[in-house]
Amino acid sequence: MPTDVEQWKSEAYGLEVRDHLFEFAQEGYDSIPDDERDAWFERFKWWGLYHQRNGQEGYFMMRIGTPNGVLEPGQLRVIGEIADEYARGPGTNPIFGDAYADFTTRQSIQLHWIELSDVPAVFEKLAANGLSTQQACGDSWRNIVGNPVAGKDGQEVIDAWPVIRELNETFKGNDDHTNLPRKWKVSVTGSADGSGQGDINDLAFEPAYKRVETGGDGDEDTVGFNVRVGGGLARNEPRLARDIDVWVPPEKVSDVAGGLSALFRDYGDREDRYNARVKFLVDEWGAEAVRETLQEEYVDFELETAGRDVREEYTYNAGEGERNDLIGVHEQKDGTNFVGLNVLVGRMGAADVLELADLAEEYGSGEVRLSQRQNVILTDVPDAALDDLLDEPLLDHYSPDPSPFMRGSVACTGTEFCSLSIVETKNRQVRFARWLKGNVDLPSGVDEFHIHLSGCTASCAQPQIADVSLRGMKTRKDGDPVEALDVGLGGGLGDDPQFARWVTQRVPVDEVPGAIANLIESFAAEREDGESFRAFVARHDDDELDALVDPEETDYDDPMMHNTKRTWYPYAENDGIDEGPPVPADD
Amino acid sequence: MTTRLRVLDDGAWLSINDTREVRVSELWRLESSDFCDCDLVDLVVENFQTIGVDGSTVETRVHGQCIACGAAGTTGWLPVGRIRDGEFAEFDRSSVRRSRTGIHRR
Repeated sequence: MPTDVEQWKSEAYGLEVRDHLFEFAQEGYDSIPDDERDAWFERFKWWGLYHQRNGQEGYFMMRIGTPNGVLEPGQLRVIGEIADEYARGPGTNPIFGDAYADFTTRQSIQLHWIELSDVPAVFEKLAANGLSTQQACGDSWRNIVGNPVAGKDGQEVIDAWPVIRELNETFKGNDDHTNLPRKWKVSVTGSADGSGQGDINDLAFEPAYKRVETGGDGDEDTVGFNVRVGGGLARNEPRLARDIDVWVPPEKVSDVAGGLSALFRDYGDREDRYNARVKFLVDEWGAEAVRETLQEEYVDFELETAGRDVREEYTYNAGEGERNDLIGVHEQKDGTNFVGLNVLVGRMGAADVLELADLAEEYGSGEVRLSQRQNVILTDVPDAALDDLLDEPLLDHYSPDPSPFMRGSVACTGTEFCSLSIVETKNRQVRFARWLKGNVDLPSGVDEFHIHLSGCTASCAQPQIADVSLRGMKTRKDGDPVEALDVGLGGGLGDDPQFARWVTQRVPVDEVPGAIANLIESFAAEREDGESFRAFVARHDDDELDALVDPEETDYDDPMMHNTKRTWYPYAENDGIDEGPPVPADD
Repeated sequence: MTTRLRVLDDGAWLSINDTREVRVSELWRLESSDFCDCDLVDLVVENFQTIGVDGSTVETRVHGQCIACGAAGTTGWLPVGRIRDGEFAEFDRSSVRRSRTGIHRR
């Protein structure tokens, strides 16, 4: 039997939902019939709108999906202006204030507290500036991710940006691919650093060389992409994308991507949403059958076998080697520079967003790009402007050379707004990072240490690919229920990607900083010469690592030990679930 | 009278008659069951898998973890509340629940 969601989608989905959305916005939130709200909220997702959690009725999270995280000149300013004007709600965040933008692990932007009546005005402003929320959520092609500095990166094997743009134009609003069984996350990377994180996407195109006939003087090596399918982290079922033994030249990426999307559309499981992602189809069929079906039913040319990849050069999120992220000053191939700035847990106040837009225009081309580590990158900065840019006061806070604990922190939305999360996350990760920065030293030569905090098994903070993975849980402390975290160690991508091993369960949140401090102390004392943390973890078994984690209370104080899910907003003075604000007025 | 039962928000909520009534991230106590060897299972409710009804009792199967022993998995059918005169009343969250088997319909 089809699920409720499939039933709702079959009645209305995709482009047509926009008209309904605008009608509801015009007539007011209460014009959505009570017994149709869940159906409409599900359909609104296709237009990037998620109704916020219980206690926050009438407010929406709005996601703006930027292809490859590229914000063209002027677009960041638009984001800042929209955040400042529309993303203000009844709750004030004690760290980030009243209006802010979140940069996500998939190179998107999320705004909170959006009112339905404001949606048409926001959409109009976004569209006038080349931005859109379309397909940012929902069961369709999401924004395509990749190396955010595609087209500019000095280490690039092939420029993936034209390919990404073509895919974006082909599959945005494409009727044949509007309604898939579940979300469809695509990564296209042209650099040799692995920064597209293809391994954890539904569909990945990774740079590879293939000897092909040229028709004239013989064969030559051509750069294109190898194809992998069925990666993803959610629901305690992490998978690395599987190699389906296909190489594709840039001009045929769209055909292969469309074929695989159609294969997923036709064969994906629409009767069980838990089993709907393509990773489970690949589990069931095997990579070979995916290739065969693609060849026989979905493309009209002979597929090439996989080419010679460059995976052994991958360093992004690898736990060792150069370029674990894109923070700092890096040379572009045109002789200018891109400057990666650390945005702690990806959240930036609206005023800072606007100031950053000013800096991008003053020192670069005005363009800004977003990375999968929730950071921002200013591009096209000439050598002569670098020193002045680096002296700007805003960069004291959004640093190109931050503490490893700031640099390595990633966090999802958490119980502040999300229904699924079990614990508070972003503010907690800020508190963790500040405490670790003030109290813990990494061993010499260790410059990066990634700690990812995800509120639940949906894994939006990508916890399984961090040095230290933290995942929301509950436990009892002195008999009382408290927020807790499971601790995983040793995850990372690179040539030999591995997911973290969950070695210690249910650590009360106030004991987590002490646990990490003790772990790092043991690492410093016992590491072999020059050994990375990931390599250190790899040579210990789970019991040994569990002993090294050693949770401990310290002077770290956690004000959110209670069940933050039972509040309407965790940081409100009167936070009871029944004390939330009324549905916003329709003005 | 028809009662509309749904799992919503990717398993975060049980909805009864178009109202989100039962949420994840609570701790439920279960009587000894097949879930683990504990006499009293102390279950973190992470994700609702499905919802059903047995007579007037609304029941669900839950993915979660026992915080006493660490066992993780999906429970049998657990009661969450009762429909009376078309209104849903959730059972006291601190009460001890008992898993049962049987045929359920949505």
